[in-house]
Amino acid sequence: MTEIIQKVKNLSIGFKSKKGEEILILRNISTNIKKGETVGIVGESGSGKSTLALAMMGYVKHGLYTIGGECEFNSSNLLKMKNRDLEKIRGRKIAMIPQNAGQALTPNLKIGYQIDEALQLHSDLNEEEREQKISELLNKVRLPSPETIALRYPHELSGGQQQRVAVAMALAGTPDLLLLDEPTTGLDVTTQAHVLELLNFIAKDTGTSMVYVSHDLGAIAQVSDRIIVMYSGEIVLEGPSRDILKKPIHPYTYGLLKSIPKLSLAGLPQSMPGSQPQPGTMYRGCSFFDRCDFSEEKCKNNSPQLEYLEELNTSVRCFNYKSLMNHSQVNQTVNKIKTSLEDKEILNLSEVSISYAKQKLLDQVLNRISDDNPTVKDININIKKGETIALVGESGSGKSTILKSIAGLLRTKGGIIKFDQNRNLSSDLKERDPNDLRIIQLIFQNPDESLNPNHTVEEIIAQPLKLYFGLKSEELKKNIIDLLQKVRLGEFYMSRYPRQLSGGEKQRVAVARAFAAKPDIILCDEVTSALDVSVQAAVLNLLQQLKEDFGTTYIFVSHDLAVVRAISDRVAVLYQGRLCEVGPSKDVYQFPSHPYTEVLLGAVLEPDPDIKPKLVAEDIVEEKPPQKGCSFQGRCSRILGDICKSEIPPWQITESGNSIRCHIPLKELQKDQIN
Amino acid sequence: MLFLIIKRILLGLITLFIVSLITFVGTEILPGDACTTYLERQAFGEQLEACYRRLGLNVPAYERYVSWAVNAIQGDFGYSLSGEMPIKEVLGPRIKNSLVLASAAIFIGIPIALILGIVTALWRDKLPDVAISTVTIFAMTIPEFISATLLILIIAIWLEWLPGIVIVPTDVSFLELLPNIILPVIAIAMIMTAHMARMVRSSVIQVMASEYVQMAILKGVPYWKMVFKHVLPNALLPAINVVALTIAWLLGGVVVTEVVFNYPGLGRLVIESISNRDLPTVQALAIILASIYVSINLLADLMTLMLNPRLKTLQIRK
Repeated sequence: MTEIIQKVKNLSIGFKSKKGEEILILRNISTNIKKGETVGIVGESGSGKSTLALAMMGYVKHGLYTIGGECEFNSSNLLKMKNRDLEKIRGRKIAMIPQNAGQALTPNLKIGYQIDEALQLHSDLNEEEREQKISELLNKVRLPSPETIALRYPHELSGGQQQRVAVAMALAGTPDLLLLDEPTTGLDVTTQAHVLELLNFIAKDTGTSMVYVSHDLGAIAQVSDRIIVMYSGEIVLEGPSRDILKKPIHPYTYGLLKSIPKLSLAGLPQSMPGSQPQPGTMYRGCSFFDRCDFSEEKCKNNSPQLEYLEELNTSVRCFNYKSLMNHSQVNQTVNKIKTSLEDKEILNLSEVSISYAKQKLLDQVLNRISDDNPTVKDININIKKGETIALVGESGSGKSTILKSIAGLLRTKGGIIKFDQNRNLSSDLKERDPNDLRIIQLIFQNPDESLNPNHTVEEIIAQPLKLYFGLKSEELKKNIIDLLQKVRLGEFYMSRYPRQLSGGEKQRVAVARAFAAKPDIILCDEVTSALDVSVQAAVLNLLQQLKEDFGTTYIFVSHDLAVVRAISDRVAVLYQGRLCEVGPSKDVYQFPSHPYTEVLLGAVLEPDPDIKPKLVAEDIVEEKPPQKGCSFQGRCSRILGDICKSEIPPWQITESGNSIRCHIPLKELQKDQIN
Repeated sequence: MLFLIIKRILLGLITLFIVSLITFVGTEILPGDACTTYLERQAFGEQLEACYRRLGLNVPAYERYVSWAVNAIQGDFGYSLSGEMPIKEVLGPRIKNSLVLASAAIFIGIPIALILGIVTALWRDKLPDVAISTVTIFAMTIPEFISATLLILIIAIWLEWLPGIVIVPTDVSFLELLPNIILPVIAIAMIMTAHMARMVRSSVIQVMASEYVQMAILKGVPYWKMVFKHVLPNALLPAINVVALTIAWLLGGVVVTEVVFNYPGLGRLVIESISNRDLPTVQALAIILASIYVSINLLADLMTLMLNPRLKTLQIRK
């Protein structure tokens, strides 16, 4: 019997609503964390997973309070402890690695000081030893030149480096238990894979227990021994990692796994209907009842208890888990995407370059472009009507910059953007006529920010209808209802405000707004990355359906290669504002690949403990594209030598029509990459 | 960094130039001029001509502006009309008096405002916050002419502790002035402190809710250490600009308070010279007040730049 390090018993946490009702965020949670194990807590936003992790440190956020139960650590209840006593446990016995290290490091204090502070509080080392230890810790989290990093301020580091500093800070007190709250969310794919690998190494190296909280089953799969699945403030499934990911016996987990797009499977995964109930929603039966494919009559009025199954070492909260046990594997079915490609070019980017550098006064007068190394350069893409083309790359790859220029938000520095073979769209917004504006619409990443919080859904969708088509009264209303139905929202949504909608519903409104203009091209900027996993598939399916109905062309920007794989016909891979590879989706995802595509593909985290990410290149952050040669020379593990540094690589075209821009001959690339 | 400072100073000078132009043009457009005001009914014929010659008003406007500007840069603003004395001499003691009043209000008001703001934020929604916040909101909403009058009524008239209005010569010595400024300072400090305390409170509350403060708590940093190391430096940074604006406002003459207390500062001079149509003095005042605003804001911006590591590196890199 292994030692239990933290015992959560019947924990309920909640808040008082304005009406004075008690609303529960966590409902009667009990679980144990054993010494040396890594437990993954997975759930959607609002499932209570972060609240649970914070409670394990005896911390309850402002506005929330403990209703009942305890978090027992060293046989004392953390939730009843005085602050003074908690200070001796926090950071020393239990440490936290926060979600967003950029926000969690104090901006006015140097990195070295912030780690030193933890050492001063939680160790007996003298100043010299502490200095030594800081270097040691920074070294351990694999930060280059620890001495200089210690003297920097948080904002001078990249996202991945900040996250590593947060890990070093947590390790400073040599804690017995590490709590990780979405530690890799918000990092680039490659950085994410590297940080996860580091965390795995630390878990093995120090024998620390970890609680890893995330919405991302892919990340959880890479680190956890055991997984707890939370839904609506309850544990719905808890068991060994492998069993949960391979043979989930709770319908929610089953549906979740089915709705995640996979690299190996092109096409759109099936979506789960509905969304998680808001805290405080009253229901008598199972909280998952509305969305469940396996529900029965009794689920409606009776809520199932968490049942422990000895033979599987798994706890499950479902009446019907036995019928799921018969499913041997999650058999994912996908809807193949249908594309009716017309052989008509709708948008042509030729030799486009975009620069953020401000023109100097003299250059402005002479009307010339001085930046010889612009952020985005040499972009040549032909987009056919009805096609979905995806732009992929890490942050800083210029994918959003290109979208902005197509939308007219950013003027191009050179090259031509041509719509429908004759209309020149190289100008910015001010010079475009209303029809040019209508034909291209944008859907943004975060619907919370792209929808005006003071407008009702009706007003939001009415705007483009009034602006472009001058619709009024009855006709306007009819059109709005029509559009809402198209995005599968009922008429009653018209009077609602964005804050009264769930994340998925908000994004549907944003989609409806884009389609209201009857555009030819829709630019989708990371449209699913702010959404919960179970909702993501539904939005993707909706976009696909609308495209088939209207023949719209999508330009889809995303960092998530699995999502891109699911929805796009063609993919363009960008690094530092330069194209690396362009080709039909299925070919880009197969070797031979551009070395950068290979890095990206290797870093994808799949919700399968058997598929480990392959880390091909270092996750260095380059600030500027190189002056000459291949854009990827700084990170490429296959670099040939001087030729890569001096000459821009040629386009090589594979038999299937995939273009790769690399000096290495295709045959050699293929040979190396398959091994 | 040096480049930035020079750039900001240049921008400030341009601002001053524009202000001087506007006031000059403004006074030109107004019907009548210094001589017609001065001579009143005798403003015709030989006498008017003589006056124009004496004051140099018989040359084109742009020439007058240039000669005025050249003199102003050297500190010579010409002659005041009312007393026929150099404006320099009129301004000197007024500036001194305003400085005394302003610095007294600053030295009393700002520390109190900081303490009140921090206390209310740290004990948010608890008794100290509720009590202090009620008082500060109250103090903020009472206009200073009411509070000043009430102060005079209670302390000067009923209790007879301090003089109610200032009846001293303009160029009185500092020590003699001191008892006279207590009531004006209280009247000004009340409203100023209340405003600043509210500002500091919201800034501290905002920082207290930040992720890095939560992280500091979860790191086991003791409460007061967290407040002093992690909260205050970040919360007080935005306060610098507000403090600067307040100081500029104070120096620029707290017109209402000075008038109520009959205090011989810049604010009262503004009112006096406007009602006397003493245009050269008005011009001089406009330039001086503008330079006070410009220089104090410049100072505040530079201070923020120095103290905020984020801005500092950003500027250096540029």
